[in-house]
Amino acid sequence: MSDTHALTVTFVRDTMLPPAPPPVGERGAVKWMRENLFSTPLNIALTVVGLLAVYALVTAALPWWLNSVWNAGSLSECRQIVAASAGEGATGACWAMIRERWHQFLFGFYPPSQYWRPVLALGLLAAALAPVLFAGQKRNLTIVLGSVAVYLLVTLYLAATPAGAFALSIAVILGMIGLAQVQPGRLLWFTLLYPALCFWLLWGGSIWSPVVVMAGFALLYGVFRLASPVIGLAPGAAAGILVAVLWWLYLDIPTARALQQALPFGLQSVNSDQFGGFLLAIVIGVTGITFSLPIGILLALGRQSDMLIVKTLSVGFIEFIRGVPLITLLFTASLLLQYFLPPGTTFDIILRVIILVTFFAAAYLAEVIRGGLAALPRGQYEAADALGLDYWRAQRLIILPQALKVSIPAIVSTFIGLFKDTTLVAFVGLMDPLKGVTQIVRADINWKGIYWEPYIFVGAIFFIICFGMSRYSMYLEQKLKTDHR
Amino acid sequence: MAMATDVPKDSFRLSMLIYDTRYRSYTIQIVVLILFAMAVAWLLNNTVQNLAVRGKQFDYSFLWQRAGYDIGQQLIPYTNDSTHFRALLVGLLNTLVVAFWGCIFATILGVIVGVLRLSNNWLIGRLMTIYVEIFRNVPLLLWILLSYVILSETTPQPRDFRVTDEMAAAGEEPAASMMLFDTVAVTNRGTNIPAPLFDRGLGTLDLGFMTLNLTFWAILAVIAGSIWVNRRILASARAQQEATGDRPVTWWKSILVLFAPTILLLVALGFHLEIPELRGFNFAGGILVAHSFTALTIALSLYTAAFIAEIVRAGILAISRGQTEAAFALGLRPNRTMSLIILPQALRVIIPPLISQYLNLTKNTSLGIAVSYLDLRGTLGGISLNQTGRELECMLLMMLIYLSISLIISSLMNLYNKSVQLKAR
Repeated sequence: MSDTHALTVTFVRDTMLPPAPPPVGERGAVKWMRENLFSTPLNIALTVVGLLAVYALVTAALPWWLNSVWNAGSLSECRQIVAASAGEGATGACWAMIRERWHQFLFGFYPPSQYWRPVLALGLLAAALAPVLFAGQKRNLTIVLGSVAVYLLVTLYLAATPAGAFALSIAVILGMIGLAQVQPGRLLWFTLLYPALCFWLLWGGSIWSPVVVMAGFALLYGVFRLASPVIGLAPGAAAGILVAVLWWLYLDIPTARALQQALPFGLQSVNSDQFGGFLLAIVIGVTGITFSLPIGILLALGRQSDMLIVKTLSVGFIEFIRGVPLITLLFTASLLLQYFLPPGTTFDIILRVIILVTFFAAAYLAEVIRGGLAALPRGQYEAADALGLDYWRAQRLIILPQALKVSIPAIVSTFIGLFKDTTLVAFVGLMDPLKGVTQIVRADINWKGIYWEPYIFVGAIFFIICFGMSRYSMYLEQKLKTDHR
Repeated sequence: MAMATDVPKDSFRLSMLIYDTRYRSYTIQIVVLILFAMAVAWLLNNTVQNLAVRGKQFDYSFLWQRAGYDIGQQLIPYTNDSTHFRALLVGLLNTLVVAFWGCIFATILGVIVGVLRLSNNWLIGRLMTIYVEIFRNVPLLLWILLSYVILSETTPQPRDFRVTDEMAAAGEEPAASMMLFDTVAVTNRGTNIPAPLFDRGLGTLDLGFMTLNLTFWAILAVIAGSIWVNRRILASARAQQEATGDRPVTWWKSILVLFAPTILLLVALGFHLEIPELRGFNFAGGILVAHSFTALTIALSLYTAAFIAEIVRAGILAISRGQTEAAFALGLRPNRTMSLIILPQALRVIIPPLISQYLNLTKNTSLGIAVSYLDLRGTLGGISLNQTGRELECMLLMMLIYLSISLIISSLMNLYNKSVQLKAR
């Protein structure tokens, strides 16, 4: 058959024709626009509306941005400069206000000569978080620690740090970079020490008070290690806690005082009412996040527990905290705690606020984690039981790793919510960046009537931090994804 | 083969309280209970001592004393001679009215944004993403303060609306003009909107402890009645459809039943709008809506809408494409597919987080303090507290009220959740 074909047809093409290019409407920008902007009448209408909106926004905002003034002493001076350069009636942003007041937005009334301390604490915070966020990944650890070193070199120089502190902090960070190459796991010790270090850096005072408090934890661990082989795990832990509590209650302050007399060393102490701006927001936010996660996990486990009393107490706590607005809890911190504590007790307002913010976030986290626990198939619990694991081992090895992984996005959005809620401390008299500082700036006769600039500045910083957190959660979700869907 | 038939009877030892799983849970619970009772006793004891030190009593009789302060926005009659309890009610209603409008606007905006974010229009999708990300990642307080400042500092003064004789002669326009067919005026003192008025109102009914506005309740009753009758009509139409296969035409009946009675009642009561007018230095007539209310509602709606948009988007994405394809394979038309297949499943995913957003919005109304909006926190937890000096009583009562609102909403949510939950083993 094939032969007859070859004989009857005079010409058979034996090479392929070169492929013709697709029609103009089916390639390149035209195709993309047809598919993504003008596919249906509705889409065309939407595109037109969208373009109009963008146009309106740009024509309103662009001249304002382009006419920005960075050097001026007051809002009226700004307006004069804008009118002189861009003509009468032109609008222009007055960033000179930020230039003059940025330090209040960042530090509140923290003494300017001590700015290096919060700056250093922030850098070391990144260094302390790195071993947790990028556990055991040498490359990421080195990148983070290296950028911290660069950051510290620049900012500590700009903040006129005393030479000794400068050299010491750079030495510490370089040492950490070295350690990251050899034994990245050991970096966690720095993370454990960081809370005391940060407290001392920010509030100042004698170095011995945080050291003595940390000694309490060392004591707890020591007693636990020594006693547990003899009297068992649970009694050992109880004995350790008892010894540590006794230490903190009775020996803590005298020891610190004695050490301070023997070896006086400390930083200028800073009062809580001098804290403000983003320094305050970050202190409250980071402490709240750190402590709310473990409490939230415990509450979630308590709520899922079979023990009636534990369950009832957890449910009561969670529902109560979730049922009232954060503002009422903050007012509790500022007005009611004096009723609930023994007469004559006073303690720091920032600490009180941190405690209640932590409880607030913990209750929300507990619900989020409960969702993760409920999402696990029952088979996982049954498998853990079948392997003969006890409750805590089953939770630690089987249940929690999976439940926490499922709830990462929701946990991080709770953290973002907590960080945004730190602005509410303005209502109990603390100076948050949004209401506290901005109100002060707007009350200044020079800057009266300014509103877009401070809110855009503060909003942009909040946006960067919160958006960064949500992007990190997406990275983490991708990294921990083990299923093959 | 000797089978172990009898379990060795072990005598009870004290250490079994810790190491035997049969007893351990009891031990833990008893220890927790004792610790909890001790903590409560400690707190109560401290409170009693502190009250004694300050020479204060714990009682709520101050609620019936004269409040002595004015509240700008009042949905029920209130003067500064009313009691603190009355002020509390006014504040509570102010909280609820912001929450009500906030929920409605946030839902409408959130659903639109959530659906548009999924559209295949690239530009609109990007714009909506920018909106959601900006509003979700910046504190609510900023939006409240910013909208309040913009409303009260950039809007014209009432005198800018005036047209003097010289201006009329020269043909000049005033510096500012009213919006929406000259019915709404936004000034730096507030927003003036038309007020509904009735020529032949039904008056009020005094029940002793409260007064009822009969006109309002009559209109509400007629609307509720119309909705009920309309549902009966639809139900009988469905019954007839199931019995005979033919669905009777109902749309004109529905429209008639839904709108005619209300319109007739409004005409009978002589309903008309009182439009605000510039008289002297200020607007008179109509209703003056304070900027604190407007700013709070706008900010809460925009902020919560960003979260609702994400919930709606997630809900729609959660329904796999196979569901739509299966519905098409069964021969269902697209709108039937939407109403019978997609929506019931998407709503199961959407409604629980949606209601918790409503809850958040309701609790966030307490941020009205930033713009001096006198809600529950502003009256009971603000001025009443400061005037009477009863922190403990005011704070506890306020928490209790917020808690009851939240618990009512969340128990409704749990009921709904149970009814739609997929049954697992």
